[in-house]
Amino acid sequence: MNTSSHNCIDHHLQIKNLTVSYNRVPAVHHLSVQIDCGACVAVIGPNGAGKTTLLKAVARLLPFETGEINFHSHAGHDHSSVFAYLPQREKVDWDFPLTVRGLAELGRYSQLGWRKPFTARDEEKVTEALHTMGLCDLADRQIKALSGGQQQRAFLARALAQEAHVFLLDEPFTGLDVTSQVALGRTIKSLAEKGNLVMAAHHDLDNVHKFYSHILFINGELIDYGPVAKVHTPENIKRTYNTPVFSGPHPSHPHHHHDVS
Amino acid sequence: MKRAFLACAVIGFTNGFVGAFILLRRLALLTDALSHSLLPGIVIGILLFGLSPLSLFAGALMSALFVAVGGQVIARSSRIKDETAIGVLYTFAFALGITLHKASHIQKPLEDYLFGNILGTSNDDLWICLAIGIITVPVLTLLQRPILLSLFEPDVARTQGVNPYLMQILLMVSIVFSMIASLQAAGVVLAVGLMIGPAAIVYLYTDSYQRLLWGSAIVGLVGSVGGLYISYWTSVPPGACIVLLISGAFLASLVLSPRYGWIRSLLHKKHLHEESLARWQSTAPHTEKKAEHDSKPPQT
Repeated sequence: MNTSSHNCIDHHLQIKNLTVSYNRVPAVHHLSVQIDCGACVAVIGPNGAGKTTLLKAVARLLPFETGEINFHSHAGHDHSSVFAYLPQREKVDWDFPLTVRGLAELGRYSQLGWRKPFTARDEEKVTEALHTMGLCDLADRQIKALSGGQQQRAFLARALAQEAHVFLLDEPFTGLDVTSQVALGRTIKSLAEKGNLVMAAHHDLDNVHKFYSHILFINGELIDYGPVAKVHTPENIKRTYNTPVFSGPHPSHPHHHHDVS
Repeated sequence: MKRAFLACAVIGFTNGFVGAFILLRRLALLTDALSHSLLPGIVIGILLFGLSPLSLFAGALMSALFVAVGGQVIARSSRIKDETAIGVLYTFAFALGITLHKASHIQKPLEDYLFGNILGTSNDDLWICLAIGIITVPVLTLLQRPILLSLFEPDVARTQGVNPYLMQILLMVSIVFSMIASLQAAGVVLAVGLMIGPAAIVYLYTDSYQRLLWGSAIVGLVGSVGGLYISYWTSVPPGACIVLLISGAFLASLVLSPRYGWIRSLLHKKHLHEESLARWQSTAPHTEKKAEHDSKPPQT
């Protein structure tokens, strides 16, 4: 984090012409956008609009059919440590024998690989991450023995220990009570203010302005991207929620990759 | 007799250690299927190449692969699900093994393969067990970081440069290896009890991955040697004794464990965080949201 606090203004994530498909059916198609670091972006769209797909593609969890994703920064970052993907809470095996500290230590793998020894510096990074997330007192708790908000923060602590720059969160507010939501909102906002990029799938249009600085409307394709005040408009919402999800070739909607045959 | 105790210690330690990974990867039932399917492979191996460590291993690996890969192939190419396919395949392999054993006039009685014969351990058997332990435990220890990552979140592991498939294969090979070692002590039918039991016990006591691995190994060692000792005094077959002792300890732990035992969960009121968990589950309509996720996107 410290490295990113100065001259990070021109750090940005550039997505060009991105298409990601499941069994040849695109979930996200021909999406191009440039997002500057320091933004806290809500990815908003109806179910099946490709929110998770987009996040996973950025995290390199899914192969993409066309396009490219580049992260530009001054420091030549290793790709595996730049992006941190935080899974949906129900996707995690909470019974795994892992403490909060153990989870954060996993984040150091990008730096250490399978054989470099875990040094005092790694220890320090982990402690610092736990401290930033306010989890020092809970460090020895098993990950299931946490509240929902604490669980999100534990995964954020891992991302911090990883020295990630881009935080990709999948529905982080789902299932949290209002107090935890506010706390988590403050946390991700401060992450963004330190020069990181935060992107989160989100589905509540009413509270989006509280937690995020930017909105990316998506429905298979990019609808609009920009600061909340500018793009949170009735037209964009209508366009996002009323366009049918693209699910295959359509005569009135020609796409160049169908012309190949 | 000394040899039997020594073999028991080595087998118990190795199997306990590997068992921890089986528990975390939730492979217990697949492991059971694999161990049953070893039988025909071993018999075929002996028939083709004679009774040697290598033939045992080759045969066992072959039939384990047959069941594991065959199950996947059937699951992907038909409407049959993988556990159904594996269920059919492993009983098929097991039955085939019994038939082959009968037909081949191998001198070692079938019972030895089914339930183990630790008292009949030869020097060669002991060396095989030692070699297996000396290979699997250090390899799994050395690679425990990537293995841990891919056990916990295979997807995320991939982004951090781990190949989860490779780790999975490595684990499967280690499982087959240590299963071959445990045949001597517990046979194909009881092998899983010896492998998964210690890990199941330790899992009830600890939240640390490290402690789970090494604790299971130690519990496996103590359980195996203890079981053999009891069998020595009671003349119950050693394989059965070992598994009885370990699974008995498991049942006792299930009730008594100070961390995750039944008594504790009855005596201690729910933790504060669990109450808050219940609270936000009732305030945020979790189930409804899930239903929304499953439903089709709105279309006009």
